[in-house]
Amino acid sequence: MTIVLAFLAILIGIAAWWLSTQRIMSKPWLEIGVIDEPPAARPLPTAKIGLGVFLAVAGVLFALSISAYSMRLQAADWWPLPVPRLLWINTGLLILASAALEWTKAQSRHANLDGVRFGLIGAGIFTLAFVIGQLVVWRELVGEGYFLASNPANAFFYLMTGLHGLHVLGGLVALSRVTFRAFAADGARGDKIPGERGRLRLGIELCAIYWHFLLVVWLVLFALIAGWAGDFFEICRQVLS
Amino acid sequence: MVDVPLGAAGVPPAEVEDVELYHPKSWLTHYVFSQDAKIIAVQYSVTALSIGLVALMLSWLMRLQLAFPGALSFIDADAYYQLITMHGMMMVVYVLTALFLGGFGNYLIPLMLGARDMVFPYANMLSFWFYLLAVVVLFASFAVPGGPTGAGWTLYPPQAITAGTPGLAWGIIMMLVSLMIFIIGFTMGGLNYVVTVLQGRTRGMTLMRMPLTVWGIFTASVMALLAFPALFVGCVMMLFDRLLGTSFFMPEIIEQGARLPYGGGSPILFQHLFWFFGHPEVYIVALPAFGIVSDLISVHARRNIFGYRMMVWAIVAIGALSFVVWAHHMYVSGMNPYFGFFFATTTLIIAIPTAIKVYNWVLTLWRGDIHLTVPMLFALAFIVTFVNGGLTGLFLGNVVVDVPLSDTMFVVAHFHMVMGVAPILVIFGAMYHWYPKATGRLLSVPLGRFHFWVTFLGAYLIFFPMHYLGLMGVPRRYYEMGETAIYPQSAHDLNIFITVMALLVGAAQLVFVFNLIWSLRHGREAGGNPWRACSLEWQTPVTPPPHGNFGKELPVVYRWAYDYNVPGAPEDFIPQNQPPLAGEMAGRTP
Amino acid sequence: MHVVLVLVLVAVGSVLFHFLSPWWWTPIASNWQYIDDTIIITFWITGVVFVAVLLFMAYCIWRFRHREGHKAAFEPENRRLETGLTVITGLGVAAMLAPGLFVWNHFITVPPDASAIEIVGQQWQWSFRLPGEDGKLGRTSVERIADDNPLGLDRNDPAGRDDVVLQGEDLHLPIGKPIKVVLRSTDVLHDFYVPEFRAKMDILPGSSTYFWLTPTRTGTFDILCAELCGTGHPYMRGSVVVEEQVAYDAWLDGQQRRMIAQQDETKRQKGEVRAQQ
Repeated sequence: MTIVLAFLAILIGIAAWWLSTQRIMSKPWLEIGVIDEPPAARPLPTAKIGLGVFLAVAGVLFALSISAYSMRLQAADWWPLPVPRLLWINTGLLILASAALEWTKAQSRHANLDGVRFGLIGAGIFTLAFVIGQLVVWRELVGEGYFLASNPANAFFYLMTGLHGLHVLGGLVALSRVTFRAFAADGARGDKIPGERGRLRLGIELCAIYWHFLLVVWLVLFALIAGWAGDFFEICRQVLS
Repeated sequence: MVDVPLGAAGVPPAEVEDVELYHPKSWLTHYVFSQDAKIIAVQYSVTALSIGLVALMLSWLMRLQLAFPGALSFIDADAYYQLITMHGMMMVVYVLTALFLGGFGNYLIPLMLGARDMVFPYANMLSFWFYLLAVVVLFASFAVPGGPTGAGWTLYPPQAITAGTPGLAWGIIMMLVSLMIFIIGFTMGGLNYVVTVLQGRTRGMTLMRMPLTVWGIFTASVMALLAFPALFVGCVMMLFDRLLGTSFFMPEIIEQGARLPYGGGSPILFQHLFWFFGHPEVYIVALPAFGIVSDLISVHARRNIFGYRMMVWAIVAIGALSFVVWAHHMYVSGMNPYFGFFFATTTLIIAIPTAIKVYNWVLTLWRGDIHLTVPMLFALAFIVTFVNGGLTGLFLGNVVVDVPLSDTMFVVAHFHMVMGVAPILVIFGAMYHWYPKATGRLLSVPLGRFHFWVTFLGAYLIFFPMHYLGLMGVPRRYYEMGETAIYPQSAHDLNIFITVMALLVGAAQLVFVFNLIWSLRHGREAGGNPWRACSLEWQTPVTPPPHGNFGKELPVVYRWAYDYNVPGAPEDFIPQNQPPLAGEMAGRTP
Repeated sequence: MHVVLVLVLVAVGSVLFHFLSPWWWTPIASNWQYIDDTIIITFWITGVVFVAVLLFMAYCIWRFRHREGHKAAFEPENRRLETGLTVITGLGVAAMLAPGLFVWNHFITVPPDASAIEIVGQQWQWSFRLPGEDGKLGRTSVERIADDNPLGLDRNDPAGRDDVVLQGEDLHLPIGKPIKVVLRSTDVLHDFYVPEFRAKMDILPGSSTYFWLTPTRTGTFDILCAELCGTGHPYMRGSVVVEEQVAYDAWLDGQQRRMIAQQDETKRQKGEVRAQQ
């Protein structure tokens, strides 16, 4: 459970930093009148804060799975899986999807609607390819006899890739909505309605943040599956004991 | 050190993002698929209270079995374990969590913060429907072959998914699925509660001006968002073990002579995951209760809450600390015994901020102007039961004292007192307090007093003696106490006494339900602010507040929520949206 | 002013109940008097706090009840009072925690001269295994569990040859000798609980747990299961007999002879089966 505690410690640190900017040492009964919060008090759009909180929740979910993984890893019946080569390609696809969204974000800043549409479609295709790639990996492994129930390492592999895949699918739903919005937006009209364009831009930014998060989570999971993290745990255990 | 600009003249309009309001077009979107947080709050509350009544009736059956073993032929051992499991899970998750966060959170957060609604109303609506679906799945498990699971509300593997436990075929699967749906639904609601506090506060509503109710619900929501994933992971893994034959939690097992195809798993791993959720869950229920009771006491004692800053810091400290105490539920679980030192220390440290809260409630009464209204009575009873249950927590948290007491009736008495009776008394107090805001009418006072006395004294008489059964060595989760040399005949009589009290207390709740329904039409008209309270929900232009809560303009906040009996003020309370009065600063010594 | 009266009654009544009610722990039969002492310390500290808070509340409600013209004081906080209360609370907590941790350290440190016995929980009965003359318990594994080997003993382990296995019989323990109890389960969680011993510990399938005690009083005590283990949980009973060393030795000797006779019998039957084939 050390891993999830470390993750929580980071979250608590962020919360403590935020609270420290909120004048929680002040004496409210002496402060009668309008307190105008500094403009920096709520700098971000609500949706972004919402996504941030959600990512904290999803982060805890993955940190807990990894904690469980590290505890179960110590049992004697653990036979690590071979790393299918396809996983490297999938990782590349996810990196491309993430990069495509970052590029789209830049395009949306320059108000290049064609670029935005192109970037969104590209990100969607790369992500879809990643999901399909993951399914192919599952099939390959099953074909080679690495069944879910035959070993805890397999079980954790399917569980964690599955959880990650579900998060990717959820992201795809949001991405498709943003893409529709991008195609519905009229380039000429868009300038006249800042609200609609603002929503599109916000949507792209949210997708980009979420994809970067998915990428980071995937890289950590991949490191676990590939066995590099095992050495890391071993070092941690030696340091702790 | 007043470095804040005083005066209200010439302030620019609020720069808070105005929430896009969804305007209902039909009866269906107004009352059923509503996106108004207040309607969702009522939906949550009514559902949770109904489940509470069912869970209460399950407890009657259990108590009857314990008092008169075998008298009710339809309660065999299997049925008994199904009853305790469903009673526990319903009460902890589907009643208390849902009522405090989904019910009170939805109703009070936007109103108290001067917001029009939650920030994501659509997700808020979905949250309730997911909750309802989870409830339906849970109740459906009564109808499936084999009935609901009887694994105990802790659902410990291996016995949750091996023979010898009722509900092995379907019940356990339905339970896990229902919990997962609940968690997904809660996450949507919880995001709303948290982000609304972060972003939805009206102009001038700084964090340190929020009522403690909001602080409590906010902190509890943050904790719930971070704690429920642990239960989610545990549920997924146990479903895998049950349905797909993995061995996350399942070691080598001989089940009634036959070797099961499991091996190598760790039952302790599940316990860690479960209590990583389960302990914060205690405070997820307690913190909103702390916040609400602070406001009840302050309003009805006509005095500012004593030590507001300490109260806020204590809530935050308890919230953070509650994530590093979970293994005090596992002192005798067989985990590494050296963990005991760490977790006993953290557990007893958390008693300090909790004690500070108790002192401050009592010190708010001190030099107050105490009106013994029904909400106040419930708040006082909360202090009694919470202090009692909290102090017995010091027994169980102190690792070696827990050794003889764990898994006995002492534990049952302790957690019922501290997270059953105490928070439920707050729920009742809060219902009597805010019912007039939600309906425009007051609940009947004579019925309320009757309900209060029977509930408080009855519940105390149920659970206080129960501690001593545990001290004597009666284990919990026994279908019948049975005969051993150490139980005197009087212990059986005590069991009967407890059952009689439980039936009485349960019956008194029907009076409360009657009061809720009867007062809808026949209650005394309340007006907008019957308790003469300061916080914003009582300052709405219309009561009950319509969709959008406040009129054309959102209120501007000029002060904290506890300006009662300020020297020099014309009345004994100053609403939060009241601009500064002449001469009121004189009585506020720094 | 019913409330004031009731609060005083609750405080006084709870204390009277504590001292006068017939329900109290059973006389101790092990060395864990320390645990009882820690509980008593905790009772005193928490009892004082409980009564003090309730009586102070009752006083406040009576003294500051609403009357015409009465006004509440405006006092947002009192740092000295709050700090003082926090410090006192901290001291009270430390007074409970320190002995608790001290005794816990004692509890988890098995004395080197303790002899090991094994207790196995199965749905829903207790089995026991005592080392023979060599004082060592043999290896076991779940794979070896069979009808004629209910605890899964490794027959090839010389340390296990003379182990005494008891099923459906009382466990006997000698008085005054420290004993390390090793706990094992073959199916679900159980918890070996003898109220007179105070000590208890969960039993996990897949790994073993332990605790230790020294019996200090002769007699027969009931064994209960204290961790939900399925439908038969309340009926998972047994007895433990604590007796003087001489009586214990005689009993152990009898058990050993029975074991040997049993093994011979099994061998003979197997031989007969083989002969018939």
